[in-house]
Order: sequence, then structure tokens, then C-alpha cells
Amino acid sequence: MLSTKFSPMSKEEVDRKWWEIGDFFRRNSLWMLMYCTGCCAIELPPAMTSAYDMERLGMGPMATPRQADVLLVTGYLSLKTLRRLIYTYEQMSEPKYIVGFGSCTINGGIYHDSHAVINQLNKYIPVDVFVAGCMPNTEAVMNGFVDLMDLIKNKKANGWKDYHERYEWYLANQKAALGEVRVHDEFHE
Amino acid sequence: MIDILLMILTGIGVALFGFVLQTSIAGVNRKVVARVQKRYGPKWYQEFLDIFKLLSKRSVTHGWIFDFGVIMALGGIIGTAMFMPLTSSFMAFDGYDNFFIFVYLIAVGMLGMAMSASGSGNPLASIGVMRALTTMLAYEVPFMIVVLTIIKITGTSSLSEIGLFQQVAGNSWFFIALPIGGIVAVMALMGMLGKKPFETYIAPAEIASGPMVEYGGKQLGMLFIMHEITVFIEVSLFVHLFLGGAENIVLFIVKYFVVYTALNIISSVYGRFKIDQVVLFFYKWPLIMAITQAFIAIYLGWVI
Repeated sequence: MLSTKFSPMSKEEVDRKWWEIGDFFRRNSLWMLMYCTGCCAIELPPAMTSAYDMERLGMGPMATPRQADVLLVTGYLSLKTLRRLIYTYEQMSEPKYIVGFGSCTINGGIYHDSHAVINQLNKYIPVDVFVAGCMPNTEAVMNGFVDLMDLIKNKKANGWKDYHERYEWYLANQKAALGEVRVHDEFHE
Repeated sequence: MIDILLMILTGIGVALFGFVLQTSIAGVNRKVVARVQKRYGPKWYQEFLDIFKLLSKRSVTHGWIFDFGVIMALGGIIGTAMFMPLTSSFMAFDGYDNFFIFVYLIAVGMLGMAMSASGSGNPLASIGVMRALTTMLAYEVPFMIVVLTIIKITGTSSLSEIGLFQQVAGNSWFFIALPIGGIVAVMALMGMLGKKPFETYIAPAEIASGPMVEYGGKQLGMLFIMHEITVFIEVSLFVHLFLGGAENIVLFIVKYFVVYTALNIISSVYGRFKIDQVVLFFYKWPLIMAITQAFIAIYLGWVI
């Protein structure tokens, strides 16, 4: 016979319950920050407007990194833009996710032998979902967003935790690509 | 003592009602705007999801002014909403629904937000705050002239009594009785709510959403709650002043929904003014129309 007596949950269980409730809200209201570096960005207008209408999934564009949940990296990244991308990613408030578009972010794509372009994006920042293709269909893009929602639901979209845990590895890769980074902070000088 | 506690509890209930009402109607309105643009649109409770998502995120701070200003903004706006009469007879603080109470108290919330945004140290936030204050200077003048005309005609500045005055006169709403002033009030209301032609101080593509540029996570969630309650106050003011108040709560919700949806549909077909165009626009046609209306109504006595 099951006991009907109230048994207090442990702190871990309470935290897990709260996190699951938060995950429900987070996956149903993904706000995007579009870092439109390459040609895959042309797939975003049909995804946002009346053809595919991503607002019915609760997604929408946001103006600044602080407000956004998902960082969309659409295409190749030169060394100069990689530095800005890392600044942008570190400004976003947690939990945060990254979607990489096209073959350029996976293995360099058609720019794989360029001296100015990085090949694998997830060596520098943790990417949760890749959308393959050069360039991907709009259907593939929408499918990528649905995949990201499933990953959040199954607690597998842990890129931002990975960035904390293996920060030394990411930092070493970033330094190897960019050289020493000196942040010039005019506001506090 | 118990009376005062009960009044305060009722007031908080009114603010909560306003938040739930406005958030639901804003969600429905996102669907309406989506249909205008031939899209399907989000779920009607999407705004609730957005706000609770923001409250569930971790956030950074930019110093205690930044945090304190957000709390001051939210508290000031909740304090203002507590005085709002829902129908012509139901209000939390009986006899304290004077129009000028809202004009003064709503400034507390706005100043809190301005202080907090300046505390973030981002230049775009300062530009946004400056534009918001400039827009406020622009729309307040014609709006105040129309409202003072109404106060002169009715002889009272209490919202519920202005509502009752219109109901007693056989539902001759001031929107119809003072037609030119009604149009001015609609334009001023669009400026207050930051709807499209006067969206200058948000301008996401231009100054990266203005005052909200550095907010993320919990602070942004609180600002969203504050924004919903502000919209509730402003649209309710319009309903009480120009649409004859409301005899019961159902009528209030219907009038509220019609006003907000109409403004959104107008807004969805416009582009955005520059800040100097906003000021010139409000100081040109609405001001002339407001003064004409005041002259006609007070000196010639032509009130329908």
C-alpha cells in the first residue's frame, strides 16, 4: 500500500523540479541574436516571415546579447569576427545556446583552406545544434530549432555548462587562433 | 486598521488583475498583428511564457543603481495601478481616483527606469531615455489640453465621476461629444504606449531597444511586468476619460480590448518617425486640434 504521508523532497529534487519548470518556459520562448556573418543568413527572413513563421514556436529576434537566449552563427567566421563573436557570447545571460548554420561552421565548408577563416566553430565556443548544408533549406533551419527545443527538454543542451567546465581548453584554442587578447576597456579607465 | 489593510490588499488585487488582463490581451494582439502580416502567430499565452522565462534566467548586474532602479520602477507602477478604478463604482481607495494622482505617481516608475538605464553606463540606454523623455514632452501637451477641457466641462477630475457623468448623460461618450479631442487623445495614447509611428525610443534596429539595451534575465522580466502594468494604466485612463467608464467589469474588459486592439492594428501598418519628427508632429496638428477643441467646447459651448 502506498503511503499518503507527505515526504519532503531533498534539495536536489526540488532544484531539479524547478529546473524542469524553467526548461518548459525556456524552450517555448527562445529569443534569438542573429550574428549574420555569412550567406546562410538569407535563410532567416523566410523563416521569420509569413512563409514559415517561427513566432508560432515562440521565437523572435532580439536586439542585444543580454536579452537573447540563442546565438545564431550563420556561416563562416574570419579571425576578426571570431573575436567579436566570443565577446558577444560571453555577454549573454545563462542559460544560453548556440546554433551553427551551414557547413562552414562544421568543417570550414568551401573556405576550409583559407588562411583567414576558422574551420571548426565548436573548438572555440560550445555549439548545441548544427544545421548542415551549403546552404541549408529553410525547412532544415526550422528543424534545427525544433531539435534545439527537444535537446532543452531532454536536458542535453548543456553547451553553456561545458564552457564553464572546460574553459581552459576553449581558451587555449581561442588564444591559438587569435593570439593574446587584450581587452581595451575605455569606460573604466 | 483592518479597513486600510483590506484597501491595500484590494489595490494589489487590482494591479494583479491589470497585469493578467493586459498580458493576455497583449498575447491575443500578437496573434492579431500576425494575421495582419499573413502569419499564424504565437500562442495567446506567449507573453506569460516570455516573462516567466526571463525570470528563470541568470542575470548580471551593473551596480546597485541598476538593480534598485528596476525595483523602484516596478514598485512605482504597481503603486500607481492600485488607485485605478476598474468600474465606475469599484476601486481600492474610494475617492482617490483623481486624474492628477496618476499623472504624478506614474512618473515614479518612469524615473526609476530612467535612473536604472543610466546606471548601466551604456550610451544607447542614455539616448533611449532621452528620447523617451522628449516624446513624453511632445504628447503630454495636447493630451493635457484635451483632459483639462473635460475637467472644465464635468467640473471634477475624479476618473469614476467623469465616467459617471458620461453614463448619466445617456452614454454620450467624450470620444463622440468632443470628436476632435478624441482623435488627439488616440494619437497621444499611441505616443504613450510607444506604438509604431512614435516607437522612436525603443527602435530595435537603430539604438538596440533603447533603455532596455543592457537588461537581461530577471531585470528584463521585471521591466516587462512593469511595461504591462503601465499599458494597463494608460489604456484604462483612456477608457474612463473618453469611453464613458464602465458600469460593470465585462464592459470594462470589452472596451479595453477594443481600444488596445485598434491601436495595435493602426500601429502594424506604420513605419517609425525620427525623434524630431515626433516632436514636430505633436506640436503641430494635435496641438492645433486640441486648442480648437478646447475653444469650441468651453467658449462656444458646442458639446454634442
